[in-house]
Amino acid sequence: MAQSKSLNVNGKAVRIMIDDPDMPLLYALRDNLALHGPCFGCGLAQCGACTVHIDGKAVRSCVTLLSSLSVRQKVVTLEGLGTPERLHPVQRAFIEEQATQCGYCINGVIMESAAFLAKTKKPTEAQVKDALANNLCRCGAHARIVKAVMRAASV
Amino acid sequence: MTIHASRRDVLKGSGALVVSFSFVGVIGETLAQGTKPVALTEVDSFLAIDRSGVVTIYTGKVDVGTGIATALLQIVADELDVPLNATKLVEGDTGLTPDQGKTWGSLSIQVGGMQLRNAAATARAALLEQAANRLGAKTEDLKVVDGVVSAGNKRVSYGELIGGKSFALKLDHAKPTAGKDPKDYKFVGKVVPRVDIPDKVTGRFTYMHDFRVPGMLHGRVIRPSAIGATLESVDETSIKDIPGVVKVVRQGNFLGVVAESEWGAIKAAQKLKASWSKSQTLPEAAKLWDEVRGSEIAKDEVTMNVGDTAEALDRAGAKTIKATYDFAIHTHGSIGPSCAVAQFKDGKLTSWSASQATHDLRKQLAMMFGMNVDSVRCIYIEGSGCYGRNGHEDAAADAALLAKAVGRPVRVQWSRADEHGWDPKGPPTLVDLRASVNGAGAVTAWESEFYIPQQTAGSFLVPLVAATLASMPAADDIAPGNIFQNSAIPYKFANIKTVCRRLASTPFRPSWIRTPGRMQNTYANECFIDELAAGANADPVEFRLKYLDPNDKRGIEVLNRVAALAKWDKRSSPSRNQRGDVATGRGIAYCKYELSRTYIAGVAEVEVKRSTGEIRVTKFYLAHDCGQIINPDGVKNQLDGNVIQTISRTLIEELKYDRSAVTSLDWASYPILRFPQIPELVYDLIDRPNERPWGAGEPAATIVPPAISNAVFDAIGVRLRSVPYTPDKVMAAMKGAA
Repeated sequence: MAQSKSLNVNGKAVRIMIDDPDMPLLYALRDNLALHGPCFGCGLAQCGACTVHIDGKAVRSCVTLLSSLSVRQKVVTLEGLGTPERLHPVQRAFIEEQATQCGYCINGVIMESAAFLAKTKKPTEAQVKDALANNLCRCGAHARIVKAVMRAASV
Repeated sequence: MTIHASRRDVLKGSGALVVSFSFVGVIGETLAQGTKPVALTEVDSFLAIDRSGVVTIYTGKVDVGTGIATALLQIVADELDVPLNATKLVEGDTGLTPDQGKTWGSLSIQVGGMQLRNAAATARAALLEQAANRLGAKTEDLKVVDGVVSAGNKRVSYGELIGGKSFALKLDHAKPTAGKDPKDYKFVGKVVPRVDIPDKVTGRFTYMHDFRVPGMLHGRVIRPSAIGATLESVDETSIKDIPGVVKVVRQGNFLGVVAESEWGAIKAAQKLKASWSKSQTLPEAAKLWDEVRGSEIAKDEVTMNVGDTAEALDRAGAKTIKATYDFAIHTHGSIGPSCAVAQFKDGKLTSWSASQATHDLRKQLAMMFGMNVDSVRCIYIEGSGCYGRNGHEDAAADAALLAKAVGRPVRVQWSRADEHGWDPKGPPTLVDLRASVNGAGAVTAWESEFYIPQQTAGSFLVPLVAATLASMPAADDIAPGNIFQNSAIPYKFANIKTVCRRLASTPFRPSWIRTPGRMQNTYANECFIDELAAGANADPVEFRLKYLDPNDKRGIEVLNRVAALAKWDKRSSPSRNQRGDVATGRGIAYCKYELSRTYIAGVAEVEVKRSTGEIRVTKFYLAHDCGQIINPDGVKNQLDGNVIQTISRTLIEELKYDRSAVTSLDWASYPILRFPQIPELVYDLIDRPNERPWGAGEPAATIVPPAISNAVFDAIGVRLRSVPYTPDKVMAAMKGAA
């Protein structure tokens, strides 16, 4: 049965119509709200491509059920993290380091890194690598990604 | 030059995606085909300049996540003398772009880019001629800056000369128009930031997976439970409670669902009850190599034959050294599973996908649906990173079949299990090698046999899963790609015979995955030459140099330069005096890609933990000569990809399966390298601005598996001959050697 669901996404209250309260957040963001940041990679919380922030924490939106979310929880996607005009420091660092190949994983990598840097101010390279251990990249952009996160950490 | 008036602005509302600095995504009505030339022999096929001077570049080569779009813009902007931000790129659209061949084989710059350079140089020469007339000056007195031609204080812009009109000029790619002197390049050879990255890091980029058309439905496929299984029954009542299901589509053994919403389609595909016949067509995994060796040989291809190896191997006093190498079956493993949208309208099919070969896909879809090729238009939209022929084309066929069945546009998104289970695989490779060494330790003969699947002559159309399952018309090709390459060797032994034993079949539908064949073959060759060096107590670099063609100066240079880069310690392997649980080693490998282009030499430094068998690559050095470099940062980015992805393939990756189907259907059962396992990367890029450019997307991957194998031997004195080098195999190899 179609029902409405209220969410707070990128600082705005939104209402979407859904058939299933247990639909994962990822599909609400992509299909109902037409956002391109979070990507579908596995649906199993194994790759990280779908990562968003919920109240500042990096979570896998592909396994986060809408029924578990309230409108009081703040969902932020890559689009909400920063814009081309007002880049988040992590986004800026990724451009400066050209830390992308295909970029399909980069949504998750940036969201994970931004959440990590918010609580770890002066990380070592090893800490950055560990923080990203559950984000998969197939192209092999890892080395640049680590450099970009270190650069973002230094500003 | 004849300038034809009223050239249609073919981009407007054409449905093509345009890559440019401003990244305009235009989606609209399908362009009536045939209004823009696409022949390789026409300048207008490649270039159009509008009244404001914006240059639209049309290319059949596509950016599969490598950054090639930026490099192609650099080439054309430089050759035409226009600003980079006045260029736009249209890629892989069969209605608009010339067929420049698949985006494969590290040929996008080498072939595709050079065709574009020729078109740009030809266009520029014609524009200058026209400007000379207009300005009453001699062409040699003209200056061009940012698309404006001047003679003294008189000026005319490209937009004024040609804006909106066609060039109507012929091209001969065998005899290209002379271009700029490389010393005058403004963009080529320089680090230019990629045009796509700002959008990708801010969620503004439209991947294939983000693409939508009005009225579109969502489809999912339900694949057979076993390869070769027959669909016996489907219980549609099993999904009657799922809202928005439009149709269950069953055609032969093809099964799919179409729903109003994506989540509805996912749930329907998960819950739909279907029963399949039993099918066991796959070999026992533990006996794979017996199976490969015992396969029917379709033909033997001799790829190199020098002297008389049989006589040399039999010669009295000669010592024979033998080894067998194998390389596992690999999956492509794109992070985003394949995705496509298809629409049938007015008897025509439009297919949007991330196919690396839209022109080939068009032929296949036309065949599948019994349509004229002209009635099918395939449009490329960049997807998740693509490293060969993966599942994109199959998703396109799925979408087309479902769209036809429901009479509305359908988007198909594969699941992770669809991708891991049903993308075509890099076939298993088995290599036997023999060499004879004389009393003085010199190599007198080299023989090798590569057990690799056959390749259908002249056709590289990997069969579409949907066409096969639904018994629709399809070419019955076996298409692993040109995997014979690099079976022949760059070393000058007196007697050499290399043979590819082309197998009639291979367990899984094969295709090309990054560096197909060249990687597996170079792996065997470069490990085996290391075995010969070790047998001769020789330094592995010196040993290679001794047998390389002394006239092949660029090959010798990359080897010497990587040795210098890695501060190579001249000695034989294995290293001595290794104590403790963790042994360290270094290994070298060399390759001249296809024995005709890009040169690479690499050094791996590894740690091997003896108590567990774990290998860690700590540092990787590369010297790389791909001739003229278009974008040094782009090349470096590709080298990162080559090294890191191939370390993953070498140490970890192996397709798992039972007698019926693939069982490694997710990232837990098919793991890949993770961030904490990434080595330090050190490169020496050799730029040769006055040489022709060669590819950089694949060649460096060739030397990664052998450099690691040779480094492990250096560390622990044990030779690894079976990729992947899992801890179990390392432990077994150490036990066997003890």
